Amino acid sequence: MSSSNRPLSPHLDVYKLPLSAVISIVHRGTGAFLTMGTLVLVWWLMALAGGEEAFMSAQSFMGSFFGRLILFGWSFALFFHLCNGVRHLIWDAGYGFEKDTVEKSSLMVLGAAGFLTFFIWIIAFSFGVGA
Amino acid sequence: MSLRSPLGQAKGLGSAKEGLHHWWAQRVTAIALIPLTVWFAFKVAILSMSDYQTVLESIGSPWSAALIVSLIVAAFYHAALGMQVIYEDYVSHKGFRIAAIIVTNLLMFLLGAAAIIAMVRIALGG
Repeated sequence: MSSSNRPLSPHLDVYKLPLSAVISIVHRGTGAFLTMGTLVLVWWLMALAGGEEAFMSAQSFMGSFFGRLILFGWSFALFFHLCNGVRHLIWDAGYGFEKDTVEKSSLMVLGAAGFLTFFIWIIAFSFGVGA
Repeated sequence: MSLRSPLGQAKGLGSAKEGLHHWWAQRVTAIALIPLTVWFAFKVAILSMSDYQTVLESIGSPWSAALIVSLIVAAFYHAALGMQVIYEDYVSHKGFRIAAIIVTNLLMFLLGAAAIIAMVRIALGG
């Protein structure tokens, strides 16, 4: 019995994942990361509810290098998950399954997430200078 | 080799009859979160360098507070549903899987409640 022409499941050590597969796993990764990131949201709201002193110390941490690094990662994770989530909703509606369409929408997701991340930081810094 | 019929083997292992509700709840919260997160993220970006009083008034205004409470409910529900799927796919030990789902659900509820209490205090003054 010949089995030479049977399709093989991807051998993960040597198989180069297509972009759509990488994005799929990153969608889950960013989802889990954003779930942990809700701690930051709760902490920030608690600080704001706790009075001026608590709020200012939270703000100064967020403004530090480490705080900004977390927020930058968080903002990209949010926009990536958002853009790819919209793509998932379009798939759920039954559209966009063609191979070249998926290839194109993968790049659109990355481009849109990158642009939104860049844009929100431009806004944050431009309002900071004015204040 | 088991002599049980395929039906006998499948009984009790099949659908919990909740999958469709889970699927829909994840989509509905996702749709709600599109405008809510974009609005909130840009609001926080604009307020990033403002003083305490400005932030307090802006975040705590009635419409803003209502939208943020909606955001909190949708986000924590969506997170709990999403984490459940991740555990179901990657945690093979049944006991650990169920424990992880329960702990995550309870934590999401607690964090959501904490965030809502904070919002109530911000909106009504403490």
